[in-house]
Amino acid sequence: MSRLSIITKGIIKENPTFVLVLGMCPTLGTTTSAINGMGMGLATTFVLILSNVVISLVAGLIPAKVRIPSYIVIIASFVTLLQLLMQAFLPSLYETLGLFIPLIVVNCIVLGRAEAFANKNNALDSALDGIGIGLGFTLSLTIIGLVRELLGNLSIFDMKIFNGDGALAFVLAPGAFIVLGYLMVLFRKLTERMK
Amino acid sequence: MEILIIVISAVFVNNILLSQFLGICPFLGVSNKVSTALGMSAAVMFVMALSTMVTYLLQHYVLVPLGIEYMQTISFILVIAALVQMVEIVLKKISPALYQALGIFLPLITTNCAVLGVAIMVVTKEFTFGSEAHILNMGESVVYALASAFGFGLAMVIFAGIREQLEIVGVPASFKGIPIALITAGILAMAFMGFSGLV
Amino acid sequence: MTLCLGIVTIVCAALLGAVNILTADAIAQAAVAKTEQAISAVVPAFDNRPASDRMTLSLEGESLAVYPAKQGDNPVGYAVEVSTSKGFGGTIKLMVGFDPDGNITGTSVISHSETPGLGSKMTEQKFYGQFVGKNPASFRLSVKKDGGDIDAITASTITSRAYADALSKAYRAFQNIKSNQNQSEK
Repeated sequence: MSRLSIITKGIIKENPTFVLVLGMCPTLGTTTSAINGMGMGLATTFVLILSNVVISLVAGLIPAKVRIPSYIVIIASFVTLLQLLMQAFLPSLYETLGLFIPLIVVNCIVLGRAEAFANKNNALDSALDGIGIGLGFTLSLTIIGLVRELLGNLSIFDMKIFNGDGALAFVLAPGAFIVLGYLMVLFRKLTERMK
Repeated sequence: MEILIIVISAVFVNNILLSQFLGICPFLGVSNKVSTALGMSAAVMFVMALSTMVTYLLQHYVLVPLGIEYMQTISFILVIAALVQMVEIVLKKISPALYQALGIFLPLITTNCAVLGVAIMVVTKEFTFGSEAHILNMGESVVYALASAFGFGLAMVIFAGIREQLEIVGVPASFKGIPIALITAGILAMAFMGFSGLV
Repeated sequence: MTLCLGIVTIVCAALLGAVNILTADAIAQAAVAKTEQAISAVVPAFDNRPASDRMTLSLEGESLAVYPAKQGDNPVGYAVEVSTSKGFGGTIKLMVGFDPDGNITGTSVISHSETPGLGSKMTEQKFYGQFVGKNPASFRLSVKKDGGDIDAITASTITSRAYADALSKAYRAFQNIKSNQNQSEK
């Protein structure tokens, strides 16, 4: 597999949100606006790249029986690192995303990539895999946030596009499920057409 | 009285699945049949109450006195993972029947973000039940965890019932599976929004 | 096996401890910066550092932080930090500014958990702009539905009421400060 395709596969063929349907909690919970979705995506990408690299480096040293607990400890450490850095330098984003930042620990995408990719590949490829999947996740979350913000608040990236009030339901909980459902159908249709 | 408000709030108004988006993976993954949904919910309720109790003690008697609150995420997830393992071993020895019913769901619970989510929420968030906002005490925390898990179960079972019906309805090919499930969940979330303002 | 997991945990914990020490200052600074930002958003221009002149005031069993803003030695305003638990989604924290005559010079939301798109509209100028220049002595701090002078946010009466509650609490705190000062001057 070429290096480039390791990155691109995460965006379309193995898109974590629309194809693999992983990490649904932050996908639904944080996409009330495009900027929040993007922030969540980038935060997850940060953890994903670092944990992928470290796990690919130590995979040979850890006995099979304690593999999963060790991975969880490593991932949890990077999440805590992210929490401390965000509190120091991006406090308002940290507050907005709230509970979903510590919950990156239990995001199936991160542990999933450690198991499926990082423990069998070298550090460089694992980093690229982290970047690819992370970008795919970030892109999906940004798009969902964009659609919800536009329909619910008539704005894009906090800039008002139309005057007046949008259909508020899209910013609230039901809109999260419904927008994601329809976007998934759209994604299926588009990828079918591309084949 | 306050306990009643906590229960209603956690089960209906702030339903953990439909308004807080915690535990969506099992919600979409094991909600094809009502019976599996029930099993999963029972396992979650068990683990959630137990882990909330332990993490509550950990937070207030270890992390805070030592001033190492930043170790919260890492220690909580380890406690939950260890607890799940222990529950599995104990259950196997003591009640094979219960183990038969819940066993296959237990390993999935470590990565269920509802469990870690509730554990973190009860020790960090200020709740307003009654007049004053305050951090929950131990009893309230466990009640909150049990009620959240019950809300999880309620949404799971309703959703599984609807999905069993959806199986036999003609759904357009590109909507089959997850997309139609999500749209259904959206409508269910809308119904639960009717409870807001209740407390 | 257990040893291996132990080593992983110890290494991780040690690294996190180090990072915690490194970021502790920055986190504390970020909190101060946030307070300072909220203060300068609600009171007229000042040249002291209100965050370091912080006073605490106990009001109805709660302790509130008050930040005096001064030009030279003249007080130009007071920023009062209040919170109310009557919000729709939980606690709302506000910074409320008064000039020495008791006119509201500005209000700013520090933190809230109100519904995005509904209650969160209290952070929009359209809502909080209505308080600027009003004196609670004549401007009744409750929503019009309850016989007051506040234009509530559409479909968010609870949030608007909570905001009003916080504002009147801040005003009572301000009155307390004023009466304390008058006494000490006499």
